[in-house]
Amino acid sequence: MHDFYGVALGNRLMLGTALYPSPAILAEAVRVAGVEVVTVSLRRESAERRDGQAFWALIRELGLRVLPNTAGCHTVKEAVTTAQMAREVFDTPWVKLEVIGEHDSLQPDLFGLVEAARILVAEGFEVFPYTTEDLVAAERLVEAGCRVLMPWGAPIGSGLGLNNRYGLRSLRAHFPEVTLVVDAGLGLPSHAAAAMELGYDGVLLNTAVAKAGDPVTMAKAFSQAVEAGRLARAADPMEPRDMAAPSTPVLGKAFLG
Amino acid sequence: MRIVLNGKSREVAVARLDRVLEELGFHGTKVATAVNGQFVARSRRGETALGEGDRVEVIAPMQGG
Repeated sequence: MHDFYGVALGNRLMLGTALYPSPAILAEAVRVAGVEVVTVSLRRESAERRDGQAFWALIRELGLRVLPNTAGCHTVKEAVTTAQMAREVFDTPWVKLEVIGEHDSLQPDLFGLVEAARILVAEGFEVFPYTTEDLVAAERLVEAGCRVLMPWGAPIGSGLGLNNRYGLRSLRAHFPEVTLVVDAGLGLPSHAAAAMELGYDGVLLNTAVAKAGDPVTMAKAFSQAVEAGRLARAADPMEPRDMAAPSTPVLGKAFLG
Repeated sequence: MRIVLNGKSREVAVARLDRVLEELGFHGTKVATAVNGQFVARSRRGETALGEGDRVEVIAPMQGG
């Protein structure tokens, strides 16, 4: 399996940090799942409330690697400036690059994404672009210098799973050297296992865990599903077939008719 | 001088970005800054002079997916 800009991860589940019932539940979910990478974001800080400082203290306490995002950015300029600010605040060259192009589906603007990726790679960033399964966009992103691609499974927060399995399989086949992560749209651990069985190198999700009735147990379930899918891929699954094939040997069966 | 801090109009007595942050209570915080849509690195706040009506963004870590 591939690394993430030179970083080898033992656990291929990455979790978002938003929407949890409480910071304590977020911390416990991350701990129980054995997650090594969490996504974080940036928002306006209030000098009086200092909410961001409290959140940062929690993340530091967890001792995790952070992947800052540019969520909510709709233009190249916004995304690039947000990435620059994130690099200074979080002290990492990693950025989950999001340039949103459509309000209802939160589908990435692939044209803006490629342009922003070029700018950020030239500035020394290690870009994790939130993209679709589009092969041409993937080619452009790789040309721009991205060594990780993060296609969606389904629209962010939808929980629909892998909407285009063919497209994701095709992406895996076309880019054997590139690290691929399914990001967004997963709802169940079985979706995560399926992504790993397709040969993906990781999955990134937030809502499916944070909005579960019991986020801690769901985080554990996702972690185990990711590991199961990873092992299954490594074990080289059998090819499906249309007709039945008896698994119990027929030879030597008693004649009882 | 009036500036726009995180979308709200504020009166400040000083013009340098690092001093404005201090005056407005951000001393000791982990934040990044932008002025009129351009990122201003921490190391350059001391040489960044603000003018009337400048838009200053002060952002900090936040939960994200």
